[in-house]
Amino acid sequence: MPSSTQKLSIRSLWKVFGPHADYILKSDWRRKSRAEVQKETGHVIALRDATFDVAAGETFVVMGLSGSGKSTLVRCLLRLVEPSQGHVLVDGEDILEYSGKRLIQFRRKKAGMVFQRFGLLPHRSVLDNVAFGLEAQGINKRTRLDRALEVLQAVGLEGWEHNMPYELSGGMQQRVGLARALAADPEILLMDEPFSALDPLIRRDMQNELMKLQERIKKTIVFITHDLDEALKLGNRIAIMRDGAIVQIGTPEEIVATPSDEYVSEFTRDVRKAAVLPVRSIMTPPTLRVYDWQGPRVVLHEMGEAKEELAFVVDRDERLMGVVTGRAIAEAAQNGVASIKHLMQEPPIVVSADSTIEALLAQLLDYDWRIEVLPVVGADDELVGEVHRASVREVTLASKAGQPAALGQTQKGG
Amino acid sequence: MAQLRETLIVESEQSPTTGTSANETRRGWSTLLRITEGSLLQPVAAPLQALLALPKWVWLFGIALLVGSLFNFGRAAEVPEGLLIGATVARGVDRGVDWMVVNWDTALRAFNVTLLHYLILPLEKWLMGLPWWLVTGVVALVAYRMTGRVFALLATGMVVLMAAFGLYNLAMITLTIVITSTVLAVALGIPTGIAMAKSNRADAVIRPVLDLMQTMPSFVYLIPVIMLFGIGKVPGVIAVVIYAVPPIIRLTNLGIRQVDSSIIEAARAFGATGTQVLFKVELPLALPTLMAGLNQTIMMALGMVVVTSMIGAPGLGIEVLNGIARLEVGRGLLGGIGIVIMAIILDRITQGFSKSRQPARRAAG
Repeated sequence: MPSSTQKLSIRSLWKVFGPHADYILKSDWRRKSRAEVQKETGHVIALRDATFDVAAGETFVVMGLSGSGKSTLVRCLLRLVEPSQGHVLVDGEDILEYSGKRLIQFRRKKAGMVFQRFGLLPHRSVLDNVAFGLEAQGINKRTRLDRALEVLQAVGLEGWEHNMPYELSGGMQQRVGLARALAADPEILLMDEPFSALDPLIRRDMQNELMKLQERIKKTIVFITHDLDEALKLGNRIAIMRDGAIVQIGTPEEIVATPSDEYVSEFTRDVRKAAVLPVRSIMTPPTLRVYDWQGPRVVLHEMGEAKEELAFVVDRDERLMGVVTGRAIAEAAQNGVASIKHLMQEPPIVVSADSTIEALLAQLLDYDWRIEVLPVVGADDELVGEVHRASVREVTLASKAGQPAALGQTQKGG
Repeated sequence: MAQLRETLIVESEQSPTTGTSANETRRGWSTLLRITEGSLLQPVAAPLQALLALPKWVWLFGIALLVGSLFNFGRAAEVPEGLLIGATVARGVDRGVDWMVVNWDTALRAFNVTLLHYLILPLEKWLMGLPWWLVTGVVALVAYRMTGRVFALLATGMVVLMAAFGLYNLAMITLTIVITSTVLAVALGIPTGIAMAKSNRADAVIRPVLDLMQTMPSFVYLIPVIMLFGIGKVPGVIAVVIYAVPPIIRLTNLGIRQVDSSIIEAARAFGATGTQVLFKVELPLALPTLMAGLNQTIMMALGMVVVTSMIGAPGLGIEVLNGIARLEVGRGLLGGIGIVIMAIILDRITQGFSKSRQPARRAAG
């Protein structure tokens, strides 16, 4: 992928903590495991050969357990932590080559960061906190306070601008943090576990609001979290980190459906797959499709060949028109009906390939559970596949049965 | 209960096994004890066992002391003459100071005159020129703003009492010296404290110097100060600065190092330069600690008042000294009370200022 189309490109980024980081990177140590390097040399490989791209307007989630290097990674993007090796390209420019002054300009204008523990200045009012970045730029008081007020309104903190941070709840403090990051209208938003310190209800509200806000402002977001649910909810794509290395990058769907290794599947085991996976992931190609201009005899023959009792009828644009049953077709063939058009029935449920399995289950609740197979359509109502009752059941049961299995595994592991 | 009993049983069952290794290391002692079994030594066995349980180095130490007290070492007990360099070092220092007195004379005199004529004397003249009731009023007002009504009344009463004792003018002179030395101490101390907070190397170098300044008896540096700066207010101020500067340095350093690193990181993330971080984040957040340092510096400066009077700095200290010299207990006591009154007022006011900044501290934690 050419880096010019990407907002942010990370290329084989390394970070080694310790006095002789360069030596570790030049020698064979770089190939050894993190635990081994730490034990033998006292150096910590916090980031190992990280490479990924983030497109403009994308929400890229980096997730991993504590100590997996995700916080180091996001700090390297602002050079709050100086990477040991590699490249961080923003709009094609390597920020690791920036001089001190240019780096400060970059931090002031191009990127805004939100911190887990808020990092607000306790001696300044909410308004002055939000205006801090603009103040550092040397923008005059009037302009920066006007802008700060504007951003505060965007995050729903109107009327709180003259309070001190400690007078606000955690959720509100983090809104101040978000407003501060947005004040300079940066293109990139870096969020280091921004909602982890909040209680679950507030966290969910903040996630929803961030999604709503993002629809409007369309920033390039790098979001760090240790919470898979949060990652699946917010991320366009997710990178999973372990011991400083990126183990897998993919869409939420790919991560849940095809975990690349044991470590990733360990994460995804507790996820309700039905809530994440689209119908597309469990459908099969339609076994039998017939066209609405065909006669009953031809259709009957095809159904006999396929040993099917049911066929989906499509028009010449492959759009789903209805279903026909074997019994109706046989009768019509005997009575010499010319077209199957009048024999078609409305399919009981039409499933969209991109809706989640959980949505399909909700639809099924209103109908007869004995339906064995359902047609699946794409965006233009074209028939793309069929989904069987058995495979729906498999996915929903698997995610429930998965939990005790996961427990058993971790106990063995520990 | 049942569970507790179970754990107890388990523990008692385990203890013999864990105990064996300890026993094995002391096998020598236990054989010794076993010999005493059944013999006449039986009653002493228990305290003996306690003695034997002492670590080996205690035994060695005891034996060394015993040997030392039993033998007469004669001349061998004394430090050999070849090792005695004290006199040489002292003579070297004397020569160094003499050299400085001769060669730095112009610079020292310039410093002396500048400090006296541009700082001490104008301040003294201004303070002495103020009507006493105005000063009392200002003290009352500041005390009211900083601490409260009760202390404002108390402070007013104390200032009036001091004036009634006839100590008002002397107190103003002392105040001049205290203010001058505090200003100098702050001017030197805060930048030094910042340097120590920013560099671990500076911290490692300066810290022992501060320890030295605080533990060295003040009379020791009074001698060279007199030689270099003569007698009077300037050497007094310098002696006070040497004595009173360590707390403001230490607490500036501490205050800055205590600032939550996540707040500094956030400031840096938004493109604050080092100077901006220092002035907009670190110093404001360190302010309560800084004020505590200022408070201690002022208190220590007041504590030096009597000592500086010995090298000719006028003020309340003179009263105490004269009281001692002439055996006038009452005079000495009044002078002492004057110093105490100044200390109480300055202490409470600076503490009140420090406390008024507390909310920031609380939120930072």
